[in-house]
Amino acid sequence: MKIHEYQAKEILRKYNVPVPNGVLISKKSEAPAAAKKLGTPVVVVKAQIHAGGRGKGGGVKLAKSPAEAEKHAGNIIGMTLVTPQTGPEGRLVKKVLIEEGMEIVKELYMGILVDRETSRVLIMASEAGGMEIEEVAADTPEKIIKEVVDPVIGVQPYLARKIAFALNLEGAALKAIIPFIINLYDSFVKEDCSMLEINPLVITSDDRVLALDAKVDIDDNAMYRHKDTLALRDTDEEDPTEVEASKFNLNYIKLDGNIGCMVNGAGLAMGTMDIIKLSGGEPANFLDVGGGADEEMIENGFRILLSDKSVKGIFINIFGGILRCDVLARGVVAATKKLHIKIPVVVRMEGTNMEEGHQILKDSGLNFLIGDGMKDGAQKVVKAIK
Amino acid sequence: MSILVDEKTRLITQGITGREGMFHTEQSMKYGTKVVGGVTPGKGGQTVMGNVPVFNTVADAAKKTKANATMVFVPPPFAADAILEAADAGIELIICITEGIPVSDMVNVHKYLQGTKSRLVGPNCPGVISPGKAKIGIMPAHIHKKGNVGIISRSGTLTYEAVGQLTALGIGQSTCVGIGGDPIIGTRFIDVLELFQKDRGTKAICMIGEIGGTAEDEAAYYIKKHVTKPVVGFIAGQTAPPGRRMGHAGAIISGGQGTAEEKMKVMKRCGIKVVKSPADLGKTIQKVL
Repeated sequence: MKIHEYQAKEILRKYNVPVPNGVLISKKSEAPAAAKKLGTPVVVVKAQIHAGGRGKGGGVKLAKSPAEAEKHAGNIIGMTLVTPQTGPEGRLVKKVLIEEGMEIVKELYMGILVDRETSRVLIMASEAGGMEIEEVAADTPEKIIKEVVDPVIGVQPYLARKIAFALNLEGAALKAIIPFIINLYDSFVKEDCSMLEINPLVITSDDRVLALDAKVDIDDNAMYRHKDTLALRDTDEEDPTEVEASKFNLNYIKLDGNIGCMVNGAGLAMGTMDIIKLSGGEPANFLDVGGGADEEMIENGFRILLSDKSVKGIFINIFGGILRCDVLARGVVAATKKLHIKIPVVVRMEGTNMEEGHQILKDSGLNFLIGDGMKDGAQKVVKAIK
Repeated sequence: MSILVDEKTRLITQGITGREGMFHTEQSMKYGTKVVGGVTPGKGGQTVMGNVPVFNTVADAAKKTKANATMVFVPPPFAADAILEAADAGIELIICITEGIPVSDMVNVHKYLQGTKSRLVGPNCPGVISPGKAKIGIMPAHIHKKGNVGIISRSGTLTYEAVGQLTALGIGQSTCVGIGGDPIIGTRFIDVLELFQKDRGTKAICMIGEIGGTAEDEAAYYIKKHVTKPVVGFIAGQTAPPGRRMGHAGAIISGGQGTAEEKMKVMKRCGIKVVKSPADLGKTIQKVL
């Protein structure tokens, strides 16, 4: 689960990771008071959306007076911010964070993530702060420092020192960054983050070390032990259909095509999208109904698929294991009748109770197209919508 | 022959009295797997499914039944603990079916297992089956056929798809291993490849990967160096958008890494027969046999 910058900074504060002072506002009229409260000659006005690259889209502005802060806040709140990460449709900005300005002498990068190669937590750092780390990794991989953390001992001072020296820090900044790294790791583990990125991590002219920006992704699987974090979810930042699907425990991701897919299992669902594309069509979504799908779940799946108005045909691809084909067929028939589905529906079923399932579809009197294998099913649905 | 599970496997189920645990233990038993017991803390002393004894701890179960394998059906918040308990009791093969274990729990589990003799398969996997011998997991048994193709996969139903195609062509399988769809797993492609290469009963290998991570690339380089048997491969998610988690926690393209295109390229370069369409897996394996 992604959270906003201001929420990420609240979490970091709890772990004594220094962040700039800031005030969150949702009306431009609140900006002057916020700027005065911060009391620095310059303040920064930052759009709060989940996507990165906000500065490039005009979502981050410097203000030299409370009046200017109000002007920028007025422009940013309510704007549809387009960044390299939002896609062309952009994201509506509802809140801005007003933060103290500071004199920055050095911009660094620090990221923590779970590294699949080593199965450990990995700390990445670089002197090339403020830039897209993917670009740094591609162009100058030698500029990225990587340290694997042993979960038994966590980040000990020696490891933090190793990173600090590799970042060419000295004096007060060197001293300050050691607890910064240790506390940052602490917050990563205790809050069950799957990714935590500080870009830039700044050194100020008065030798303060601060997280100027913070991007945090929290492990969905660990949410049960962070009930308070769950409240930080902002569904405005998500696709409305995906939010709806998540209520029914359906795994749905919207794509750009026009063939709706309903599949059991994540791998087969991806494989189904692939075979639709290979057959000359475009998948409208990823939808995994899981192994234990029942009639109700299938009806909800249909509802979700049909709420996407670009869907012109549906391909149901089920390899029945635990999920029996007869149960699936009954669900498909019931939902098709109940929802008065008029667009072509291709069903490919294999596995447990397959013959029974096909008989149910046949006896329903409805006009299902039957796929003999996933390739035939994909070709049939592509043809049916043409 | 086969790998990991066979007639000598003595299985216990952790979470045996739960709905899922009970159902799949029964299915495994029907298939011929030697089920010697189960564990549910607080329900020790009971028997289920006729005469299968339930124990309070894995240590008790291991001592009384000489179990050498466990199937974990414990809910996600307690699953890591269940794996650790099994390893502590010296169980050699731990197959964890549970989906949704927090990744930080798995970081700790992975570290702990390194100092033990236990092998973990999964989590978030369908399990392992050696057709005609034994099954540990949730896969539909009836689609399998005894034979000489080894299957390794990150995905459950996509494995069934490959098995279904093979069986329809009259080609059987030596062992099918679902390694799981999570970012941190106990057994990787290369571990299974090594076992298949050594197994005299396996003549060809089918490897099914998906987007996310670099495990398939590692496997491809390993195959080039160490595997002499023909390998057919497929990567799911050629049409997946970057930055989105496609169902499995591990199936995500991030930072430009882990795309299907890149993996397929590496695999081809390492001599693997890569199919673009999952519908071609069976036919292609038939050709290389």
